[in-house]
Amino acid sequence: MADIALREEMISVPERVHAIRKGGARDTRFKLLTLAAALVVMGIFIGVILSLVIGAMPSIKAFGLPFVWTDKWNPVTEKFGALPSIFGTLVTSFLAMFIAVPVGIGIAIFLTEICPRFMRRPVGIAIELLAGVPSIIYGIWGLFVFAPWFQEHVQTWFVDEFANTPILQDIFAGPPYGIGIFTAALILSIMILPFISAVTRDVFETVPSMLKEAAYGLGCTTWEVMWRVVLPFARAGVVGGAMLALGRALGETMAVTFVIGNAHHLPNSLFSPGTTISATIANEFTEALGDLYAPSLIYMGLILFFITFIVLASAQLMLRALERRAGT
Amino acid sequence: MKNQGLIARRKLANRFFILLSVAAAGFGLVWLALILYSLFYNGFSAINAQVFTEITPPPGEKGGLINAIVGSVIMSTMAVLAGTPLGLLAGTYLAEYGRYGRLAFFVRFVNDILLSAPSIVTGIFIYEILVAPFHGFSGWAGAASLMVIVIPVVVRTTENMLLLVPNGLREAAAALGAPRANVIRTVTWRAARAGIVTGVLLAVARISGETAPLLFTALNSSFMNHDLTQPMASLPAVIFQFAMSPYEDWHHLAWAGALLITATVLTLSVIARSLEPRKH
Repeated sequence: MADIALREEMISVPERVHAIRKGGARDTRFKLLTLAAALVVMGIFIGVILSLVIGAMPSIKAFGLPFVWTDKWNPVTEKFGALPSIFGTLVTSFLAMFIAVPVGIGIAIFLTEICPRFMRRPVGIAIELLAGVPSIIYGIWGLFVFAPWFQEHVQTWFVDEFANTPILQDIFAGPPYGIGIFTAALILSIMILPFISAVTRDVFETVPSMLKEAAYGLGCTTWEVMWRVVLPFARAGVVGGAMLALGRALGETMAVTFVIGNAHHLPNSLFSPGTTISATIANEFTEALGDLYAPSLIYMGLILFFITFIVLASAQLMLRALERRAGT
Repeated sequence: MKNQGLIARRKLANRFFILLSVAAAGFGLVWLALILYSLFYNGFSAINAQVFTEITPPPGEKGGLINAIVGSVIMSTMAVLAGTPLGLLAGTYLAEYGRYGRLAFFVRFVNDILLSAPSIVTGIFIYEILVAPFHGFSGWAGAASLMVIVIPVVVRTTENMLLLVPNGLREAAAALGAPRANVIRTVTWRAARAGIVTGVLLAVARISGETAPLLFTALNSSFMNHDLTQPMASLPAVIFQFAMSPYEDWHHLAWAGALLITATVLTLSVIARSLEPRKH
């Protein structure tokens, strides 16, 4: 029996070789296919950069680097400068981070240490779901609900109250429009809050409970455990997550466009209307006529891409280093 | 005595900061609750049968959002149909072939940048390659700009999910004589199927509220339109136009659209979550 089986196999050897070769060829083909797809991803990235640079070329040639610190924006005379937009982008994003990072870390501490166990999962899931709500929702809420309320109840009070206090009278100056730099920053911070909380909580949960228990065993209070053990251990992750959130805030369009006021001048107070790069592009791109208008908008897009690239790349390198540490 | 003072101080500090973090949690959750409340309140009062049967009206008239809904569905479907296979293959390359190689490192890096890059910039990219050369906004361009957003999401989840598949499975299949391509297609993909589907659902959720890139690729349209070579309405673009307008009826429709988008996104995320494999 065994002999026959063996002989039969021997007969079919060339066929099997053929089959194996064919399998090998298919194997290579599949590998090349996946490689091609990976290269497409690469190609999209390069394409984005190239299209921005080529599209912006007329404006780069006309205005050069001073574009970045020029504050004129006049489509009629075709004099363009990106300073108000860049300034608005940076100010709203950093203000938003200033609010969202402490609050987000607070929520994460609440979720990992303080919250009753039965509430942890539902609250955690709720926050993760909110992180997926599209930014246009935050924008329309800011425009229809928050801005009118803020204008009527908070802003006038601030403006009146600090009208005669030095420094503060400048920060809280101006007619109360409701919309403006501060409103945009607040809406942005609410938008990135779930994201920061979710990332921070995930990082906190990677802290070995042994470490925490040891600290508690030495008599540390909950706060001391959080501040001296959990936060230092999780620092790289928290910073990386916050940078990712900053990247989102910088490039965010819809949450900001609704409530920033779209004014092309440098804001002189916290409440005055301003604009950001993405808001300017979203509002004006389809109406940009003339040889330099659209290229100038694309030039701003290039600057925005450059800024977010640096922020996101450093966030990634930080998180990568963290992963490597966790892996070993 | 001194020691007791220290303990009291530490306890006080503890209570203070605990209170602070509870307050932070309360502060954050209240905003989020307020947003959901006004969204549901205004959204539900604006939703009726007309929203699903009539096209977007001129100001002052009654109408619905059906052309925007249809436009969103068509463009999202196209984007997912084209983006998923690409993302799946690229993610497979990263997890199965490239792994620690130099190319894989770069692709991974670039992909993660694209994942959170400003979507308005992807809009400019598609404008430059699909709108400007052909002298016109089109549904195809809108779908392409959404596809650029779908791909990185699918790549990321595919790679993560494939890496969760135990190597023992791959080795067992390889030991049976299966070529690598077959191992991947019949064993690893199958084992990671739930996770990959999760990624696709998350990608759909992500693009269904995406507005910025559509503004200058698909533009907008106030007519019912199935022709992808023409400008096409989409829910987010209509919400943007209607909310920024001074007309009261348009505001109501914007709320209705916002509620539809949020409901879609939340449903998709809940389904995605329930499919997601538990981490060990």
